[in-house]
Amino acid sequence: MRIYRLLSTLPTTFQSIHFLPRYDQAVPGPVQSIERAAAILRLLARSSGRLGVGEVASSLGLARGTAHGILRTLERVGFVEQDEPTGKYQLGAALLHLGTSYLDVNELRSRAINWADALAARSGEAVRIGTLLDGKVLVVHHVFRPDDTLQAMDIGSLLPPHATALGKVLLAHDANAASYLQGAELEAFSRRTITNPRELGRALARVRDLGWATEIEEMSIGEAAIAAPIRGYGGLVVGAIGVSGAVERLCDTKGTPDLELVGYVRNAARAVSRDLGASRW
Amino acid sequence: MTERYVMSIDQGTTSTRCILFDHRGHLVSVAQREHKQHFPKPGWVEHDAVEIWRNLERIAPEALAQAGATPAQVAAVGIANQRETTVLWDRRTGTPIGRAIVWQDTRTDSLIEEMARADDAGIVAERSGLPLATYFSAPRIRWLLDHDPGLRERAERGEVLFGTMESWLIWNLTGGLDGGVHVTDVTNASRTLLMDLNSLAWDDDLLAFFGIPRAMMPEIRSSTETYGVARRVIPGVHIGAALGDQQAALFGQTCFAPGEAKCTYGTGGFLLMNTGNEPVRSSNGLLTTVGYKIAGEPAVYALEGSIAITGALVQWFRDGLGLISSAPEIETLARTVEDNGGCYIVPAFSGLFAPHWRSEARGVIVGLTSYITKGHLARAVLEATGWQTREVVDAMNRDSGLSLKELNVDGGMTADHLLMQLVADVLNVPVVRPMVIETVSLGAAYAAGLAVGYWADLEGLRRNWHRAARWVPSMDPQRRATEYDNWQRAVERTFDWIKPGNH
Repeated sequence: MRIYRLLSTLPTTFQSIHFLPRYDQAVPGPVQSIERAAAILRLLARSSGRLGVGEVASSLGLARGTAHGILRTLERVGFVEQDEPTGKYQLGAALLHLGTSYLDVNELRSRAINWADALAARSGEAVRIGTLLDGKVLVVHHVFRPDDTLQAMDIGSLLPPHATALGKVLLAHDANAASYLQGAELEAFSRRTITNPRELGRALARVRDLGWATEIEEMSIGEAAIAAPIRGYGGLVVGAIGVSGAVERLCDTKGTPDLELVGYVRNAARAVSRDLGASRW
Repeated sequence: MTERYVMSIDQGTTSTRCILFDHRGHLVSVAQREHKQHFPKPGWVEHDAVEIWRNLERIAPEALAQAGATPAQVAAVGIANQRETTVLWDRRTGTPIGRAIVWQDTRTDSLIEEMARADDAGIVAERSGLPLATYFSAPRIRWLLDHDPGLRERAERGEVLFGTMESWLIWNLTGGLDGGVHVTDVTNASRTLLMDLNSLAWDDDLLAFFGIPRAMMPEIRSSTETYGVARRVIPGVHIGAALGDQQAALFGQTCFAPGEAKCTYGTGGFLLMNTGNEPVRSSNGLLTTVGYKIAGEPAVYALEGSIAITGALVQWFRDGLGLISSAPEIETLARTVEDNGGCYIVPAFSGLFAPHWRSEARGVIVGLTSYITKGHLARAVLEATGWQTREVVDAMNRDSGLSLKELNVDGGMTADHLLMQLVADVLNVPVVRPMVIETVSLGAAYAAGLAVGYWADLEGLRRNWHRAARWVPSMDPQRRATEYDNWQRAVERTFDWIKPGNH
């Protein structure tokens, strides 16, 4: 699944010259372009200076167009960098930080700010953007509810992931979430906070299916929230964006979230994702 | 019913962007393209006007496509532009005469010194409301006429046209060689040094003082009126407004009443205060300028504090020094330390603008010790914007006799949370950003929408304004005073760096 997502982000010029062999259905075989990309990274890592497209192509026995397509794609995801004056390539800084967050949170705020404003304006509710930091949700951006009442700036605060819509979106798409759930003591903030790890696991599976999460009086009485994932290259979830406000404005009398608001949130999430280079969302 | 939009074109210093807004002033789609900055010599900054036009040809259809709209759904287009940047072009070929000279360019400084010694130099400030400085357009036109043999004769015959960026784009949009309209608006004209601030017309004495033929000048029009109908790129769309970018931001922040002010943080920083229907003269280094003029109504004037370098310092940190890979990372880097470590950066890259107006000043980094890391430098970069704002606010308070209670901000740098907190801290007043930080674009859209009746009146626009964020000061007063004193001492060290005739 992951592999096909990555392929869908490749430039079309590259896709058209790329040949995908037919493999056995049950066990997918190696993907040629990824093997070639790995070879290019090894080649660049071994080289003392930067390499041009021609050098990479001849060294690996690839067609120039193929090498160029892979290099351009690797550049797009930050794994290689092109030197502007010479046009030659070297390993990208992102490779050094593979384990840590690949998108700077201030960059995320800057790229999302217009869409977050538009979401607040359309929904009439406060907007927050969060990322995971040491098992908590870090609020990296906050737009006030557009009613011109006095509200306190919330950027930099930490929220419990299991009790918030933002947090559920982030946990649902985080590979470490399972281990987090096993070890964590899930604190109750209200009668409705999910404190049972298995129940939370089911809630997160639902978030993955639906593509959005809710929080209905799970963090504070009278408050509800709706959030959706922000994705970067290849579909990687880099943050969550959502609205929050009085439960009677966000949900109907039966506690079902307003689907129009859900639509606004998902559209905003998609718009930010598009800006960040996620092609399918 | 088919949704109708207003399009705005923000032709800025580093990029051109096209935004569609809906009736509630909500942003619907954005397309943007950067253009190349040419630095042929120290102090010279140029743009390729053809590249900028080509960018517009690409982004306008992109913005429409994103919204799934056709030009027929665009009620009007408004243009906001980088001000004072000077383009000359050939009326018969449509080709620019060399590259455009950008507002940051200081090549005219010896010309300015020479002109300032003339007996009648006083008429410049008296009639235009602006000091004789390299910042404005007229000296650049003069420089171009002086450095291209035969150009003056062609200009006198009406074969060479002058314009700021909005004139160039409107001329091209309305057909270029084939019937292009050669106009400018009062706000842009007020930045040339050639317009009489009261009559809002080109002044013959000022034209004579700078030696500029009247035949090359565009017709001065209101900021909101239909200049013509686009025949290219967005065929059939009414071109309903043009404003200098900072005036557009004043309009977009709906500062329609005297005393209302805003500060826009982009490449530079620009604080403008609406002063009503009378121009107010500054005695503290601020500029008197036209805020906007709605067709058929008297002009609204503004006091302006211009800071040449704010965001451009972050760009230099990224591109010139390579210490960060994107502008927002400056905040991440600055947060790796608690304070500036005693280091201050004064970015007098092209002299200092308000309130100092020292064209011979050049940038300094002071307080360097082996303790200083790139984190401290990043902090000093952000603080430079804070303290420069403080200097301008102090001048504004003295000129207006009022004291600012809250600062309305907008522009790309307002996404920097640490910077906005810093500005609140050094000013000791709350800083507020509106729901749309693209106020330059929004202002141009508002003005164009008013011109064609898409929006009925200013009151309706005001109701679209909402507070999106507010930063409250939290700096210790003693520390604020000490830091401001250090900053002022750092500023003094930039003065008198360029010696007359030595550049």
